Amino acid sequence: MDEIVKEFLVESYESLDRLDRDLVALEKDPHAKETLGSIFRTIHTLKGSSGFLGFAKLEAIAHVGENLLSKLRDGVITINPELASALLDTVDVVRFMLGQIEATDQTGDKDFSSLIDRLARLNDAASGDPGSSPSPVPNPVPSPALSPADALAQPISPVQEQEPTPAPEQVAVVAPDAIPVPTMKAEPTITPPPAAKASSTLPETPAPIAEPVSVPHAPVAPTSSLPEESVQATAEVKGGTVSDGTIRVDVGLLDKLMNLVGELVLARNQVLQFTSQRADSAFLATSQRLNLITTELQGSVMKTRMQPIGNVWSRLPRVVRDLATNCGKQVRIEMEGKETELDKTIIEAIKDPLTHIVRNSVDHGIETAEVRVAQGKPEEGCLKMRALHEGGQVIIEITDDGAGIDLERVKHKALQQGLITTEVATRMSDHEAVHLIFLPGFSTAEKVTNVSGRGVGMDVVKTNIEKIGGTVDLQSQPGKGTSLKIKIPLTLAIIPALIVTSGGNRFAIPQVSLLELVRLESEQASKQVEFIHGAPVYRLRGQLLPLAYLNRELKIADKSESDQAATNIVVLHADGHPFGLVVDEINDTEEIVVKPLGKQLKGVASFAGATIMGDGRVALILDVLGLAQGAHVVAEVRDRSGLDKSSQANKTIDARQTLLLFEAGQGSRMAIPLSMVARLEEFPASQVEHSGAQEVVRYRGQILPLIRVSKHVPAITKDSMESDPMQVVVYSENGRSVGLVVGRISDIVQEAITVKRHSHGNGIFGSVVVQEKVTDLLDVQAVIREADPLFYPATTPLKAAA
Amino acid sequence: MSDSKQYATFFLGNLFLGVEVRKVQEVIRYQEMTRVPLAPNMVQGLINLRGQIVTAIDLRRRLELPALEENRLPMNVVVRSDDGAVSLLVDEIGDVVEIEDETYERPPETLTGVARELVTGVYKLKDQLLLILDTDLTVTIPTAYNKTQISRN
Repeated sequence: MDEIVKEFLVESYESLDRLDRDLVALEKDPHAKETLGSIFRTIHTLKGSSGFLGFAKLEAIAHVGENLLSKLRDGVITINPELASALLDTVDVVRFMLGQIEATDQTGDKDFSSLIDRLARLNDAASGDPGSSPSPVPNPVPSPALSPADALAQPISPVQEQEPTPAPEQVAVVAPDAIPVPTMKAEPTITPPPAAKASSTLPETPAPIAEPVSVPHAPVAPTSSLPEESVQATAEVKGGTVSDGTIRVDVGLLDKLMNLVGELVLARNQVLQFTSQRADSAFLATSQRLNLITTELQGSVMKTRMQPIGNVWSRLPRVVRDLATNCGKQVRIEMEGKETELDKTIIEAIKDPLTHIVRNSVDHGIETAEVRVAQGKPEEGCLKMRALHEGGQVIIEITDDGAGIDLERVKHKALQQGLITTEVATRMSDHEAVHLIFLPGFSTAEKVTNVSGRGVGMDVVKTNIEKIGGTVDLQSQPGKGTSLKIKIPLTLAIIPALIVTSGGNRFAIPQVSLLELVRLESEQASKQVEFIHGAPVYRLRGQLLPLAYLNRELKIADKSESDQAATNIVVLHADGHPFGLVVDEINDTEEIVVKPLGKQLKGVASFAGATIMGDGRVALILDVLGLAQGAHVVAEVRDRSGLDKSSQANKTIDARQTLLLFEAGQGSRMAIPLSMVARLEEFPASQVEHSGAQEVVRYRGQILPLIRVSKHVPAITKDSMESDPMQVVVYSENGRSVGLVVGRISDIVQEAITVKRHSHGNGIFGSVVVQEKVTDLLDVQAVIREADPLFYPATTPLKAAA
Repeated sequence: MSDSKQYATFFLGNLFLGVEVRKVQEVIRYQEMTRVPLAPNMVQGLINLRGQIVTAIDLRRRLELPALEENRLPMNVVVRSDDGAVSLLVDEIGDVVEIEDETYERPPETLTGVARELVTGVYKLKDQLLLILDTDLTVTIPTAYNKTQISRN
């Protein structure tokens, strides 16, 4: 059964119960305006929703009921036992129908025309009463003349559309207003030309109107009240109805419950701290039990707040359909994992980003049918949504089979819009280039449409998702399509976190940002933390990890030098970039309850919230991204694997740098910045193979082209001192590598260097004094460009674009 | 009988201050608090008020008064704000007083600076003046306050 129908049933059962109560109350106190208003609204809602869901029969009954009620409400008639029982019977009939819908998805064949007649008759009696003319229209005479005329245009289509159910029902559907009902009633029963008939009935007094009412040939029921069997049926269906299995709870109550459970978790943590200090086995057992129950309770309460993601998705097909029609495209949407559950607050938070992504995919991603056919793709584009649970997180993938993202165009646009510089663009990896679309203000649309192109899009999507602790990743294959992967936590309320201490304060770091922990013993620490231009880095398995010191970032006291026993590095990732956070102490992981900070502290980007620790004290939760940005360990866009030399050519390299010293030829001391070195390797000369004229070696499953530095730097004396095994410096950029063959690797030094002399064009970038000897700086990129012009494919078109 | 209002009063140096009593959630003694690095200096820290995390504002700093002597601990006047409870740190707690509106006067024009913004009025009591603070403004960090003003203009 449709989710929406289920919801309708639950809601309707509830409102029927209320109706029962209200009607009874009204009978006792006929002038209770509020009760009447409530009854009227309930029936009106029922009519509206059943009409919307296509339950015509139900709608018809609700409609006559509503007509009668509107009279009651307007004071035309007052409630009497006959009216009340008729209305209560209506409630029973509606309940019966709901039961039918629940069982069979349909309102069933049972005919309720007798009830409708009865209601209509009561209604007529009311309008026929000369003492109380219909209040909405001041003059009773023109009112029948006007209203049926209005209605005339309408009745024809419903009459034709509906199945041959008895007439009165159709009447109910077509009669939009309370007053003309009698006149209208006559029409469908006397079928042929409704218009003519209607106008002929008009001049007549209301008196004959009552007649056709009693005429209708109801196939099933006699003109009594509700048939007994149907009431029984109602009772039968009622057992185990939808409403029995679920109750609706106020979200506020759930939030409160959640808070209380949060408190309980904290209290539990406190108790557990005590247990570690005691040897009382009974106490231990009790606290164990408390621990288990709390955990289970926490899980269950969290579950109450869970909603299937399908609730958000349900509106997407419509969005896609409308947009596709607008753009003249054909798009099909496929959904997988609708039932994947998420916390209510998260569902709310991803609603808009998801819609935006889907709109973007349809608008920018999927091509028009002609283009698709020309490319050998099916006419109809496909948008796939997939949701699944993975390791305490929910992953949502939105994949389209459209054109993919045109990287050059994206870069070009970003340049045009001044979001990046040419240099940044040239050394940007594809992955990074794709992520340009997340920059604020970025838009590739040539013109601003109402659909997109205002450049307030993907960056908002990204920030919104990051706000709830999620991440967005984008993969795009030109011509094949784009895939967007969103990872979001299941819930925001209680999260696992790592507790660290710095400057005597405890801080919680959300576990989702945590990669690993590194501990450097004191004697290693001073050696292993190196500095690039004053910025501390640590070599983590060969990769440079920028470091940030929590004490310095937060401007809190450093711990005294004496107890500097070891350096603790918490390796975190912010925005996909790893960085190391140096803290005084690493304590433990704990489940923490996230509490928001007051508005006074909203401006502090380093904190995401606060929590109460086991000892009752407050600890701050670090906002990893905010902290990383504050410490400048994640810049906007950059490629850390290669330093751009061309940008450095204008400045002198005057900072402390770590240099790799080597000899290329006899007596030539050369150096390259270590940051440009991916690895150092040795290859026996026998391993060298040839690909065309190019010397290559097989290296890590790939072909590594070799460049003999001595051949490309004229300054080097030709009697190269290349040895066997060859010393190779591997240089990587944009996922491609080359091996620079040098004579001998001499040393790695860290020194404050000043480039003394610029000499261009001969593979030497300049000269520096290292260890009191003149050393040439190798212009790595120039050498590579000379040896392999295709190594930097991206530069040419980009330069042209700029 | 003329209208009267109730105020919870407290002392800050030689100032006798009051806030509307219905804005006050509770008054508690000094609590251990967690400092918030990088926070505006008038935020003294965070306290755990029965499971709720409450920001404590040093009212002396807020009113640009010199800090309290080292050996004295301030009291918390926890006031309700749109954003939840906020604690105001004051030197000493006074009584809840009921004052008739007749003795009320708008703050004199000579009152300047931050006090001019926060003090909504003055009650002329027999032996001293009672300054009434606007709690909503008091718990708002001035920069944020300026920002909202700009956006309103």
